[in-house]
Amino acid sequence: MTSGLRAWRNPLRDERDKRLPRIAGPCGLVIFGVTGDLSRKKLMPAIYDLANRGLLPPGFALTGFARRDWANEDFGEVVHQAIKDHARTPYRPEVWAQLSEGIRFVQGTFDDDNAFDELARTVRELDEQRGTGGNHAFYLSIPPGAFPVVTKQLARSGLAAQDSEQWRRVVIEKPFGHDLRSAKELNNVVNDVFPEESVFRIDHYLGKETVQNILALRFANQLFEPIWNANYVDHVQITMAEDIGLGGRAGYYDGIGAARDVIQNHLLQLLALTAMEEPVSFHPRALRAEKVKVLSATRAQGPFDETTSRGQYTGGWQGGQKVPGLLEEGGFAPDSITETYAGITLEVNTRRWAGVPFYLRHGKRLGRKVTEIAVVFKRAPHLPFDSTATEELGENALVIRVQPDEGVTMRFGSKVPGNTMEVRDVTMDFGYGHAFTESSPEAYERLILDVLLGEPSLFPMNEEVELSWQILDPVLKHWESQGAPEPYAPGSWGPPSADAMLARTGRHWRRP
Amino acid sequence: MIIDLPSTTTSQVNSKLVEVREQGGAVALGRVLTLVIVTDDGTKTEEAIAAANEASREHPCRVIVLAKGARKAAARLDAQIRVGGDAGASEVIVLRLYGPLAEQAASCTVPLLLPDAPVVAWWPSEAPEVPAEDPIGQLAARRITDSAAEKNPIKALDQRRKSYAEGDTDLAWTRLTNWRAQLASALDLPPFEKITSATVVGESDSPSTELLAGWLAWSLKIPVTRAKATSGEGIVQVYLERRSGPVELVRPDGKTGTLTQAGQPERRIALQRRTVRDCLSEELRRLDPDEIYEAALKAAAKVVKGRAPSAKSAAKPAAAKAAPKAAASKAAAPKAKAKAPADKPAADKPDTAKPARKAAAKKVTAKADS
Repeated sequence: MTSGLRAWRNPLRDERDKRLPRIAGPCGLVIFGVTGDLSRKKLMPAIYDLANRGLLPPGFALTGFARRDWANEDFGEVVHQAIKDHARTPYRPEVWAQLSEGIRFVQGTFDDDNAFDELARTVRELDEQRGTGGNHAFYLSIPPGAFPVVTKQLARSGLAAQDSEQWRRVVIEKPFGHDLRSAKELNNVVNDVFPEESVFRIDHYLGKETVQNILALRFANQLFEPIWNANYVDHVQITMAEDIGLGGRAGYYDGIGAARDVIQNHLLQLLALTAMEEPVSFHPRALRAEKVKVLSATRAQGPFDETTSRGQYTGGWQGGQKVPGLLEEGGFAPDSITETYAGITLEVNTRRWAGVPFYLRHGKRLGRKVTEIAVVFKRAPHLPFDSTATEELGENALVIRVQPDEGVTMRFGSKVPGNTMEVRDVTMDFGYGHAFTESSPEAYERLILDVLLGEPSLFPMNEEVELSWQILDPVLKHWESQGAPEPYAPGSWGPPSADAMLARTGRHWRRP
Repeated sequence: MIIDLPSTTTSQVNSKLVEVREQGGAVALGRVLTLVIVTDDGTKTEEAIAAANEASREHPCRVIVLAKGARKAAARLDAQIRVGGDAGASEVIVLRLYGPLAEQAASCTVPLLLPDAPVVAWWPSEAPEVPAEDPIGQLAARRITDSAAEKNPIKALDQRRKSYAEGDTDLAWTRLTNWRAQLASALDLPPFEKITSATVVGESDSPSTELLAGWLAWSLKIPVTRAKATSGEGIVQVYLERRSGPVELVRPDGKTGTLTQAGQPERRIALQRRTVRDCLSEELRRLDPDEIYEAALKAAAKVVKGRAPSAKSAAKPAAAKAAPKAAASKAAAPKAKAKAPADKPAADKPDTAKPARKAAAKKVTAKADS
């Protein structure tokens, strides 16, 4: 298909025609683990929303694979309900009618050869009945432990085979391993069957408008880039805080912990976008090259006793409710040493960032739910005021609020009204959420469409994943020998060591 | 919150806006544009405001509604400010202008425009003859009209063509986007063959159908026939002829389209008619001149009137050689009979006859069209 496209210039496309959306070519999506929460709450609604916006190809096919003993109609009913409950766009019977024609279900377990042969047959049938043209994406919404068996089955049944006329792609979700070694193993398992350009690792953070806006903010403006370096930046704080606990997630979380769950993927990707050099173009390859460069220059700063923080929430009162501590949550071992708070200090060893610490933190049951990137600037080298005039002046900061309340905040000094010269911090807000995005697509919509279009910019590739583990591994190893994490009260901003890791250099965490 | 300011001036409106903002916190920050809606003081006004409020969730804006009341009355300006729950993510200022003031709407608009932000003018029903020279149109970087909402849509489209200036756009064009996207993606796939002729079928008073035909004629550089539909709403059918068999997109019910291509199964597509709100959101997404619209608008004049291809010929690749009759005859019967047309396209010389038809005046209701 690609070779043909090169010679063929579609006369109906014109680069000046910015209205025309890109609609995926004929294709189908197969979801493994279709009974899961993610599938019901995010994937199915996102597919409907795409269909509703007219972005799915005509004849799109959705196939579910699970152990349940369902017929196509039962599965259709599940999808229908999921759409009604969770879709972003209004329900339209005609859109559903059109989508439901392409819904199939295959029952089976991952080690069942017959089930995969049946799946292969279903997919072939769809090619004939629906005209999906042999183009299929496989969404593995399953635990990574099952990856080897599923990818082997896909290879065995011929489902993974692609040629120049038709594509096969695989979509996988975090965790991409639990350390560098296991990540490499996992990449090998997947790359054994699917070449790297057919592997799409979903990091839903990268599908968010505000995250994509980081690039626009940095590279479309003259205002910020000149000061985006060690000459002006004092340090960077990247925070992802959640106010909920881990009730019900023990199976996944126990033994994994906050650093592996969030820092390795989401926060390091945010760091890469914040710290990377300007890509030569927005071509996916150029973008990835810059991300790989900056990640390969990033190290965790020691000594880890002082530069990292590791905590576990205890029981207590939070937001008007009595909440259990991690050790009392169902499913966790009573002596679990899984951390629910992780803070680390990173250095980016490039000319641009030498000497600027990047502080990354993530925790559960913190003060409130917020994700943000705060670039904190140095104080002005000289202040032509009386020392009393600037006592209350802090450091200038630029904060990119990723969620909720997406936007950008700037903090700077301003004169306090009155007849004395007194300067105090004020903030200026750009409400991106209030603005462009209120009815903008869900991250999953964007990402699923990109998979179907074969547009890889927003998906981390294997090298990025491995580099991220390389950054995090030394810290994880150090923590292994440290025993139980430090307790912290629910609704607080982490254990005392979190404050200490910044205080040692005279800095402090911003209260988001 | 709705605040009424009867018999007022724009400076009073402005100071009230500041007062509201100070009381209610920073409600008016982060606006990306000012949308000026020009209407009569009728029932359509509220519909337009509702559409603008919805669109403001994607493009936060200040909406200024200029409702022109009775010309005979004494000069008077009644203002109404709506913020919060009554205004979506925007703030709405409704200015009701009476008497001689109705002709001086621009003077009431200028003081209320947001600093620096682009201005978009929208005429939800009747538009001025030359939007770019209209006093409000001159304030705006972008001028949105809706020929489908005018009394005679086809005539309105002709007028748009004559008066086109950069920054003009029409919702009849916006309603087409989904059709155009589907057709473009159909041609993204093999066989990569040149389209030799095309037919577009739609309601006789559907300006979107005219524009679609114009767009195809311009981009494919081929003769395009425009035929009247006997049933269906807006655009009903597009038929692209190529060597290995036609591409056909049909929407008989105004909701679901069927895409037929030789050698491939029939595919159904959700192709519902778009709401004004949806179109307005798309329109506000870009503020630069729309060259493609200009080209389609100009090419629409050269489109030939003709018959609709029969349903049978399109569905069967066997009939691939049959091309729709493209004779530029005025005898284009409103009822296309289901017989396979066998002529080769005869429209080498595009007919210069205007596509405007007198019969189109029969429908006067403003309605969604596409």
